Amino acid sequence: MTTPTTSRSTGTRATRVIGIAAIVMSAWLSLFGLVLSPADVAQGDAVRIMYVHVPSVWLAYLAFIVTAICSVWVLVARGRVPGVDRVAGASAEIGVVFMAVTLVSGMLWGRITWGVYWQWDARLTTTALLFITYIGYLAVRGLEGSPEQRARRSAVVGVVAVAEIPLVHWSVRLWRSLHQEATVLDTDLDVDIDGLMLFTLFVGVIAFTLWFVWFVLHRARVMALAALVEERSLDEALAERAAEVPAGGQN
Amino acid sequence: MESIEFIIGSYLLTFGAIAVVAGRMLRRARSLSHRVPDEEKYWL
Repeated sequence: MTTPTTSRSTGTRATRVIGIAAIVMSAWLSLFGLVLSPADVAQGDAVRIMYVHVPSVWLAYLAFIVTAICSVWVLVARGRVPGVDRVAGASAEIGVVFMAVTLVSGMLWGRITWGVYWQWDARLTTTALLFITYIGYLAVRGLEGSPEQRARRSAVVGVVAVAEIPLVHWSVRLWRSLHQEATVLDTDLDVDIDGLMLFTLFVGVIAFTLWFVWFVLHRARVMALAALVEERSLDEALAERAAEVPAGGQN
Repeated sequence: MESIEFIIGSYLLTFGAIAVVAGRMLRRARSLSHRVPDEEKYWL
């Protein structure tokens, strides 16, 4: 078995810069969200959960949209773009993590403002459905088949599943809902939020977008490493098998 | 601050999830990278 002489991991200068920027922005978010931003007139301090809840759901939506775009690419290329397929999978995994964070942080916020952790409300139910759909997407990615088959199969799910995002977003309008409507822009597209609150939310969105880029780059590279390791193991097994068979003989 | 346990809990949950996922990912990356030569790593 060949052992590499050096072993550099998935980090590069770019990922280190993005990672450090994400940590700094997250520290800023915590400072502004927990200390410097004002309490809300109606909700009091409970509004501070918004600064992690809204960026989490933003990241999840962004991740699922990236998965859908990559899935279309995979389908057009008939599954022969493994790098794009890996980005689709990596993005969906990160989206699922942050959708879970959104659901739990929303439950904590709901416990303060509504008095209960969960209600089968339109927004909450559609969000839970979106979360379960992408768990299904990840399960489909793990099914048997050639890499091209698996890429094409999961790409179909990735394209269909993204259609749920508008349903989640508009659920508060389509059905009667306990959940508040859009935080930043109201129906007249007027910014209806205090300046420092808006700034804190903006810091959160930037921080989480940086986390998304960092996570997707690393995860896609880890997937590439896993594929290379699998390929090398198969090659080595075949070579060992060939060495066992005597020249010109059968086994 | 009212309901501080829920507010702090939501921040701990969010950044805790980021830390756990990042830590697991980097550990997996390190363990796999030893088995692949650098010239096959397209990002280097």
